Amino acid sequence: MADEALFLLLHNEMVAGVYKSAEQGEVENGRCITKLENMGFRVGQGLIERFTKDTARFKDELDIMKFICKDFWTTVFKKQIDNLRTNHQGIYVLQDNKFRLLTQMSAGKQYLEHASKANFR
Amino acid sequence: MENELKFHYMVHTSLDVVDEKISAMGKALVDQRELYLGLLYPTEDYKVYGYVTNSKVKFVMVVDSSNTALRDNEIRSMFRKLHNSYTDVMCNPFYNPGDRIQSRVFDNMVTSMMIQVC
Repeated sequence: MADEALFLLLHNEMVAGVYKSAEQGEVENGRCITKLENMGFRVGQGLIERFTKDTARFKDELDIMKFICKDFWTTVFKKQIDNLRTNHQGIYVLQDNKFRLLTQMSAGKQYLEHASKANFR
Repeated sequence: MENELKFHYMVHTSLDVVDEKISAMGKALVDQRELYLGLLYPTEDYKVYGYVTNSKVKFVMVVDSSNTALRDNEIRSMFRKLHNSYTDVMCNPFYNPGDRIQSRVFDNMVTSMMIQVC
């Protein structure tokens, strides 16, 4: 229980840290988002390597999506994806109604702004 | 020098065979392992084994044919060890995917594996 709070705090600080370090350099907002996205992508890559090491081979794209929505999401966020939609042409929309990284944030205006930044991670 | 080039070429051509096998898999034939004796050159008796992970990473192993003591299971376990070490390399935050792997642990594991079979 306790370590979840620790991670959330660390996570928020990382987001704030990236923005703060950007303030001293260039003032481009888009850069920070890209940096955060790339960080998340790299972490995800490592996680996926570990998780797919022992799973059976994915036969098609649907298998991959099922793995992400169920196994991966459960392992990382302890719940499954609530809604998965597709247009059958390669676009998938995953919906999580209670995203673990954001549930602890209160809904004041100041926080909502930061929530969108944390979202990208 | 020449030997290295030969091996590079062999590995390259075997990649095509790997892709072929993946696309032909369709319904669940084998789980995750992909063992095959493709590319057995008549002159240069080497056996080439392949292994593909779920993240589309391909491992190719070239073995001397004169080493007949090497069995299926051993090759499989070697690939498992490779996969495990590769996962560890991936989780290293200082490693950029696509770079040449420079981890000493990885190299040691590979060397010990090769010593075991020789």
